Amino acid sequence: MNGFIDALTSQTFLQNALWGSVLASIACGIIGPYVVVRKIGYLAGGIAHAVLGGMGAAYFLGKSPLGGALIAAIGAALLIGWVSLHEHRQEDIMISALWAVGMAAGILFISRTPGYNVDLMSYLFGNILMIPRRDLYLIAFLDLGIAVTVLLFFKQFLAVSFDPEFARLRGISVEFFSLLLLTLVALTVVILIQVVGLVLVIALLTLPAAIAGNYTRTLGRMMVLSILLGFLFTSGGLALSYQPDLPAGATIVMLAGGGYLLSTLGRRFRRP
Amino acid sequence: MSPPVITVNNVSFRYNEVPVLEKVSLAVEQGEFLGIVGPNGGGKSTLLKLILGLLKPLQGTIAVLGSAPQEACRQLGYVPQFIHFDRHFPISVCDTVLQGRLGKTRTFLGFNRYDRKRAAQAMEETEILDLAQRPIAALSGGQLQRVLIARALACDPQILLLDEPTANIDPKVEEDVFDLLKRLNERITMIVVSHDIGFISNYINRVACLNRTLVCHTTSAITGGILEQLYGSPIRMVHHETRLNGSGKAHGNHQ
Repeated sequence: MNGFIDALTSQTFLQNALWGSVLASIACGIIGPYVVVRKIGYLAGGIAHAVLGGMGAAYFLGKSPLGGALIAAIGAALLIGWVSLHEHRQEDIMISALWAVGMAAGILFISRTPGYNVDLMSYLFGNILMIPRRDLYLIAFLDLGIAVTVLLFFKQFLAVSFDPEFARLRGISVEFFSLLLLTLVALTVVILIQVVGLVLVIALLTLPAAIAGNYTRTLGRMMVLSILLGFLFTSGGLALSYQPDLPAGATIVMLAGGGYLLSTLGRRFRRP
Repeated sequence: MSPPVITVNNVSFRYNEVPVLEKVSLAVEQGEFLGIVGPNGGGKSTLLKLILGLLKPLQGTIAVLGSAPQEACRQLGYVPQFIHFDRHFPISVCDTVLQGRLGKTRTFLGFNRYDRKRAAQAMEETEILDLAQRPIAALSGGQLQRVLIARALACDPQILLLDEPTANIDPKVEEDVFDLLKRLNERITMIVVSHDIGFISNYINRVACLNRTLVCHTTSAITGGILEQLYGSPIRMVHHETRLNGSGKAHGNHQ
């Protein structure tokens, strides 16, 4: 652990990685509770995997993979959101299709890209140690967008998540706010992919919020605790993985999973 | 005499191929306490949703407070059946009641001081002010029902529509809830959907019996014959003067 702290003071890439974990924790702490209370973890997983299609296409065309990821994530979120609102019975199939087809498209694009082949593993499992400074600025900007949107429309998001029928009767556009919320989920997914990769995104989106849900009774407090837990897991995972040179993303997820297990068991023992 | 607050004119509705309502007509007067009774699947909730504008009639017209249901719905207070949402949702009583202010408050940021005052008044009126900070997961059925009524009151409604308000609570609490509704009826028109005929007939002025088609009666006119026609089998009547106490829940009279 001391080795990590020493390295942190001298190595820019580790400082960037730590900033990456802070910024990712903010996004997943704000959006994770919505994913948990609305039970849309599978939907978020579908968006995350569909993103590979966008990243692959961008890579093939010689554009920024992050840009491709953003477009694919928002596109997938709006498509699933629309299907969920209008053809609810098809939702599950739609998510499964996007999940698999998105990944398949990504792999095809990457295989057809000439030249030095991209490290597919870093898309799938993340590589927080390689995160460049300019991506941090973009992530900070996305964080700000997510935080401001949630602050402005907190009551509408709460109403639409808790009782959409009642919200509709009060003149709230359930469709607009549901799709806006899914767009925020998509942005968060893109941010988290930089940290843990697309396969592990769902862990950071659900586990800190699920633990927070065990100890808090309002959505706002659940968000604050989720942010703190998210930072604990990401920075902790980073520190633990540094010395033995383990993959950071996987270590972070194992830590979050362990935390969730302990919290759930603890809850069982407290209230049998 | 002022025109009816709700006019349902020859309305038919079906889900896919299954007809739920056929040529239903109904006029609700200002200040009335109307009970809508009938068997499960008889179309009671569907009729409420049509009045609220959540569904559109296939045939016929509905006018609420002189305009289309979709435009009038903000003047209505709706108390849904509470099986339809997640009771473990992390939300306090106060925040639930505040949702009634949506549509009357500002669009951006949180609720303002006036909204909080109206929510507090609604909780006071339904006697749940002391529960304001409790999470809804920690409430009893009767308390949760009061929260939903308070949320509807926070809308400043002219008409209150309640769907099976006593379905999940015990008979003693049921009586308290109806006493509350009776008090509110002094200023708000009430429509209550229930399959509990014997019970609600103590409170309402008029009952609409709904089983695909609708027949209205003043409460004193309900006889065994009418109920038999409605439910399609002989029914043991609970007479209107009969107050139910803990032992005899009124569902019994459908057997």
